[in-house]
Amino acid sequence: MASKEYAGKMLELDADGNLVNLNEWNEEVAKALAVEEGIESLNDRHWAVINYMRKEFTEKGDAPSIRKLTKESGVDTKELYALFPKGPAKKAARIAGLPKPKGCI
Amino acid sequence: MAEQIKKVSIVVSRGSLEGVYPGLIMANGARMEGIDAQLFFTFFGLHAVVEKKMDKLKVATVGNPAMCVPDAMGPGLPTWMGAIPGMSWFATWMMKKEMEKIDIPPVREFLEMIHDAGCEIYGCKATVDMFHLTQKDFCPQVDGVITVGEFYEKSTGAQIIFT
Repeated sequence: MASKEYAGKMLELDADGNLVNLNEWNEEVAKALAVEEGIESLNDRHWAVINYMRKEFTEKGDAPSIRKLTKESGVDTKELYALFPKGPAKKAARIAGLPKPKGCI
Repeated sequence: MAEQIKKVSIVVSRGSLEGVYPGLIMANGARMEGIDAQLFFTFFGLHAVVEKKMDKLKVATVGNPAMCVPDAMGPGLPTWMGAIPGMSWFATWMMKKEMEKIDIPPVREFLEMIHDAGCEIYGCKATVDMFHLTQKDFCPQVDGVITVGEFYEKSTGAQIIFT
């Protein structure tokens, strides 16, 4: 299994490049992952999405669908795509330290 | 590694509920992956973007040997039974209920979502002329009515998917 250094710690990654251990995640790790995804700095709106995804994952065991995400996080579809241009659900999940979402929608 | 898909151009040609959804799901899925997408509605597929029709699309219960009752893995529904009044309504209701459970939105909401995600939506000129439609018959997400030639121009560099 691959591992890579983020924010000064060696972290284990799964086949998709997402964190294996959720509890190794912190805000500094999120910032480092974001840079890797082409997002230089995370603003309040990015954090709204990331925190909502982590909350949803902790409660339900999977990242939310885009539909659910836009309805409940307060970030609408247009803004979500502007925040995470190259594929919102997958990128946001990775930055949030979660595995790749399983849903199709 | 082979080159990743960068753009898809999806044609929706059928107007039944099960004919429209695959194209919508593929378009939305493409945008979710960061792939450019455009949707082109032609023939009865155009019903999915016509204000008066888009909320009333139905599952076809006749001429579909895979149609089963009471659910998707039940015994086959004989064609003559599919013709009984209310059958199509019932099958549509069942399918919508199951789709809602896995968070697939109704057609109108799905089109808004896909359009907001940056997918362009077009109607087919030949069908619009044949059905005697004008711009005001369409939902606001339709970016324009284009000819097949313009469709190919807009599909430059894209994979074309016909549904």
